[in-house]
Amino acid sequence: MANDDISLTVEPGEIHALLGENGAGKSTLMNVLYGLLQPDEGEILVDDKPVRIRGPRDAIAAGIGMVHQHFMLVPVFTVAENVMLGAEQTTGGPVGFLDRRRARKLVREVSDRYRLAVDPDRTVEDLPVGVQQRVEIVKALTRDVDLLILDEPTAVLTPQETADLLEIMRTLKAAGKSIVFITHKLKEVQAIADRITVIRRGRTVGTAAPDTSEEELASLMVGRSVLLRVEKGAAEAGAPVLEVAGLAVNDDRGHRAVDGVDLTVHAGEVLGIAGVQGNGQTELIEAIMGLRPVVAGSTTLEGRPTLGLSTRDILRAGVGYVPEDRSVDGLVKDFTVAENLVLDIYNTEPFGTRWVIRPDAIAESARARVEQFDVRTDASGQAAVGTLSGGNQQKVIVAREFSRPLKLFIASQPTRGVDVGSIEFIHRQIVHERTEGTAVLLVSSELDEVLALADRIAVMYRGRVIAVVSPDTPREEIGLLMAGVTTEAAGTAKDGQSDD
Amino acid sequence: MTASTVEAARAVAEPAHYWTRQRKIGVGLSAVGLLAAVLFGALASARTAEFTLAETISGSAVGINGRVGAIVFGVIAALAGAAMLVAARRWFNWLLGLGIVATLVSFLCWQLSQAPENLNTIPLGSVARSSVTLALPLVLGALAGVLCERSAVINVAIEGQFLMGAFAAAMFATLAGSVWIGILAAGVGGLIIGLLLAVLAIRFLVDQVVLGVVLNVFALGLTGFLYEQLMAKDQTRFNQPTFVPEWDIPGLSKIPLLGPALFKGNIFLYGAIVLVILIHVGLFYTRWGLRTRAVGEHPAAADTLGVKVLALRYRNVLIGGIVAGFGGAYFTLLSTTNFNKNMTSGLGFVALAALIFGRWSPIGSMLAALFFGFCSALAVSLGSINSPIPSAFLNMLPYIATIIAVAGLVGRVRAPAADGTPYIKG
Amino acid sequence: MTEQTTATAEDLAAAGADQLPPPKTFAGRYLRNLWTANTFTVTVLAVLLALVIGGILIAISDENVRATTSYFFSRPGDFFSLSWDKVSDAYAQLFKGSIVDPTAVQAAANGTGKWERVFFPISETLTYAAPLALTGLAFALAFRGGLFNIGVQGQAIMGAVGAALAGFLLPLPVGIHLVVALIVGAAFGGAWGFVPGILKARTGAHEVITTIMLNYVALFFLGWLIVQKGVQDPERSDAISKPVDDSAQLTHLLGFVGPSLRVNLGIVVAILVVAAVAWLLRRSTFGFELRAVGLNPEASRTAGIGVGSTYALVMTVAGALAGLGGATIVMGTAVSLTGAVIGSVGFDGLLVGLLGRAKPWGVFFAALLFGALQAGGNRMQSFSGISLELVGVIQALIVIFVAAPALVKTVFRLKPAKVSGLGTGMSKGW
Repeated sequence: MANDDISLTVEPGEIHALLGENGAGKSTLMNVLYGLLQPDEGEILVDDKPVRIRGPRDAIAAGIGMVHQHFMLVPVFTVAENVMLGAEQTTGGPVGFLDRRRARKLVREVSDRYRLAVDPDRTVEDLPVGVQQRVEIVKALTRDVDLLILDEPTAVLTPQETADLLEIMRTLKAAGKSIVFITHKLKEVQAIADRITVIRRGRTVGTAAPDTSEEELASLMVGRSVLLRVEKGAAEAGAPVLEVAGLAVNDDRGHRAVDGVDLTVHAGEVLGIAGVQGNGQTELIEAIMGLRPVVAGSTTLEGRPTLGLSTRDILRAGVGYVPEDRSVDGLVKDFTVAENLVLDIYNTEPFGTRWVIRPDAIAESARARVEQFDVRTDASGQAAVGTLSGGNQQKVIVAREFSRPLKLFIASQPTRGVDVGSIEFIHRQIVHERTEGTAVLLVSSELDEVLALADRIAVMYRGRVIAVVSPDTPREEIGLLMAGVTTEAAGTAKDGQSDD
Repeated sequence: MTASTVEAARAVAEPAHYWTRQRKIGVGLSAVGLLAAVLFGALASARTAEFTLAETISGSAVGINGRVGAIVFGVIAALAGAAMLVAARRWFNWLLGLGIVATLVSFLCWQLSQAPENLNTIPLGSVARSSVTLALPLVLGALAGVLCERSAVINVAIEGQFLMGAFAAAMFATLAGSVWIGILAAGVGGLIIGLLLAVLAIRFLVDQVVLGVVLNVFALGLTGFLYEQLMAKDQTRFNQPTFVPEWDIPGLSKIPLLGPALFKGNIFLYGAIVLVILIHVGLFYTRWGLRTRAVGEHPAAADTLGVKVLALRYRNVLIGGIVAGFGGAYFTLLSTTNFNKNMTSGLGFVALAALIFGRWSPIGSMLAALFFGFCSALAVSLGSINSPIPSAFLNMLPYIATIIAVAGLVGRVRAPAADGTPYIKG
Repeated sequence: MTEQTTATAEDLAAAGADQLPPPKTFAGRYLRNLWTANTFTVTVLAVLLALVIGGILIAISDENVRATTSYFFSRPGDFFSLSWDKVSDAYAQLFKGSIVDPTAVQAAANGTGKWERVFFPISETLTYAAPLALTGLAFALAFRGGLFNIGVQGQAIMGAVGAALAGFLLPLPVGIHLVVALIVGAAFGGAWGFVPGILKARTGAHEVITTIMLNYVALFFLGWLIVQKGVQDPERSDAISKPVDDSAQLTHLLGFVGPSLRVNLGIVVAILVVAAVAWLLRRSTFGFELRAVGLNPEASRTAGIGVGSTYALVMTVAGALAGLGGATIVMGTAVSLTGAVIGSVGFDGLLVGLLGRAKPWGVFFAALLFGALQAGGNRMQSFSGISLELVGVIQALIVIFVAAPALVKTVFRLKPAKVSGLGTGMSKGW
């Protein structure tokens, strides 16, 4: 059960924050409001009148609009086409010829009225995320909604874009719209909300005023105080392990994603890459792992060039890799835990030879790993990995990568969608590996995670490392860097890096 | 503290590879052209090769010494290839077209110069006409594919829909004594397979490729069984339809080359043209099309805007079934006038290839279908001039062309993003 | 985090278990299990449903039965009794032709008939099953590797061509000749499978299209080959090749009982190959790679497995299996190449592979079932006048129902349980 007896009242012209941890049931609640899920009991009142919302159509009719966490935009359509879809402006009666001119005009009008700066003729997939989000808002507004639900709207935005969004929310509020703002970020809530409802494990645990302290909100949200800091000693950086020079890489559509990146990761340190998702981090890591062709530049591992090597060669040279998208790139879901634990070493001793695998040896090793890494599954490791929870799946990957001697460990979003307990465990493992002298390259779009783990932080923006700073740098400054705003201070830090 | 925003210009320039795709293809084309000049020139005799725009080989024609022609046109192709090394990109398509046509003419000069006396003429009007005719079922099949796959249901069952359409057309046209009843029945025949495809794929979430393949076997077995049980026992009662009538468009049908191909048609030709236009306009200029494409690309987005995803998929798959069934009638009411077991001989799959080759667009599919039609027509023409190339190898031509087309183009084409994925709410 | 896992476990338990208390007796539990949608039950019910629909087709396609429909409302009994007679007779012939004919057993037992007649149906079933098992494996193996091999037919044709050429062109001693012909057949099939495999690996060309096209290329090639000098039987004017030398023909296993018992070494080859493929999938590194790539190519690539080379190898091995299937036909029963030498054994292999859920022994039993339908269908055709094509319809229906377990569940109102599905998700677009 994702929602259990939740009550929520939103007043007209109010920004109502819905605060809760990942998986607390915020999105489920909103999907019920929007008719995507049906409630088992309870009712929805709009203007004090009960309504039945069987689907999005009913929700829109009742004046409810929603901006989903994962945008509901057709990437190959133009902005105008996306906005008109489902409520098309047409001519020609029943045939329904699209009246694109009218649709464009409507987009411009709404965009101007609320200062959203959206061009109706651009193709959505070419737009930055921040603009795509505004397209979603336009979409809702053209349908004359009174209540707008924003589901984790700031998760994909730079600090600058977030500020813009908050401004837009204020404009909407001034125009009399109500907003439900779903988030787990306390600062934003304090900045904008008129009222706050906190939910935890599917239940309302309290309402709060916006002047409630951050600590108080946090403990309401998670039920105990969270320790994001990981205990770790000072780094004893050794020789360079991974060196990346002038690397340029294209994305799947042939657009430049990594544009001249220089990086060095030393033995015994964690280099964190901070940045809003989609600024080339994914492509950078894939290029280092030999999974994506390189346009220009070089990568070396302990001085040996790795360009042109196969992924297997790179892995076998002592690189551990936790890919960003666990379920797509990390695990074969229908394989057992045991098989997944040897996915990269099944044909090496003692698990197998060139020609045959040894199921007994694989199973035996799986039992040990399951215990050592606290993977919650049956002890034999013969369950399909897809039946495990997200956190345990991630532990399987971490266990696999740590089960051979490493020189370099690369982790991309290692704790995304993972429960708090597993996060702590994985963080401890990463710090432990660093202390043992492994070079660690950590990519995370959660700035807090980077701040907690990294010894040095490289900030990526539009395919470039625009600064390398120390983790003591103020958050705000790193936030500006993530938005592409360089300052003198950051510039100095970058110069400092060239001394390496 | 001075702040500046990083500008978007590229830091690392794209390394200038000399060997772009255009240059690589240019070299390949030059090699092919030279090979044609040498090989076809050597094999050709000095007899005249004649080309006429008419439909028959009597009458006026342009002639050229076979050996000279083979060499000259081979060299032209090689030059077109060489030009690709230096020409700007906008010339690429023209040069490629020129190279292919020249290679083909070189090949024909050789073939015609070796043909028996009085057969050394190729009637291009007739080739054009049979290209179009042979392409008709492919166009209709590919359109059925467009309707299904634009709404994200993979349709591998086009072959089965053809067979059901062909069978129903033959049977009911004979029983009712009217080809129009036969065509209606063909639509229903295709619809039956479409219905099975829709229900099993959309409601019961069966893997769509598996489903398509099995439905083909089902249609093959069912039509074969009914053929044996009914038609084979009493051909005149069940399996003797007539041809569909030919409708000439006065005036236009006299245009050389294009006239016979496009304006001396029948219900299938005009039907295909109308359907291509209708579906093209429908897809890109109407509410239905916008919703269909949205459902094919991002069904969840369409759903959140109140578009009924599953209903639209059902509707499109069923319409697709009717279109493919209509295409099936071609086999029993136009290309022959009786039904035979497995008579569609894999053309449903060629239609599928045309769909992919044509990038899931009605017009692109039509052009791809015409290309395959031309390959088949060429094989037929060469057969009729007693070509030294065995007919078996000529018959392979459209199939091999399909493989090359698909292998050379994939990666450059993008299927509807949700193609093949069932939509489950929530 | 602990709560989270427990919740998941509870959800699973709630979804999987029945709400009713479990029956106390063993028989009760047995019956309950029987009526859940497990793999076995679904398969049996799929066969049953297919036979019912086949029966309807038999009835409506019969002239006399159709005649009764004109007065159906006045005397519906006629329609039902005539239909029943027709259908029950047809299916009785199906059984007698595939498993055993009781009258033949009786006759042999009291000395009036030959034992040959008793073994004939089983011999026929096994004869048909052998190449089907091999072509079924050719489909199943590729399927497990995430590839949809519709080219089994073409690969089997090439296998038959290779085996036949080796069988009448190479002058080799007894024993060696047989083995060499089988190997050449497998090699020809393998080469025909390699082409779409390498195209998929290099260009991403979808194997569904390329394999189908290669089927037709193989068919035309066969048609051309058998009329060439040195290949065509010099004593014949029609399109047929020379027969395979005796030394390269698969020995008839029951030849000592009677000459009509065609079952040959092919079935032994099939069983050995099924066992070998089962081992390959479970215990070899190639099998591990194949399964990993089939289930998740992205994760396999990330873990350093060469996805492209796996595809090429999988298709080559699958082609070789199909080639063996074609070889056993030309070396066992057909003896000479003709245009339709392998019939539709390649296409039927797709159904066999799907029905066997792409598992080696599952494929073997599916091949036995299809072989039986084929053998029985022959008898049904000659004794009841029902076209053999009906067997194709029934086979396709069985596979449709097996592929749509949800449909069978709905029809029979089965209780939910885990059905072994078809492993890989094929439809990932083009």
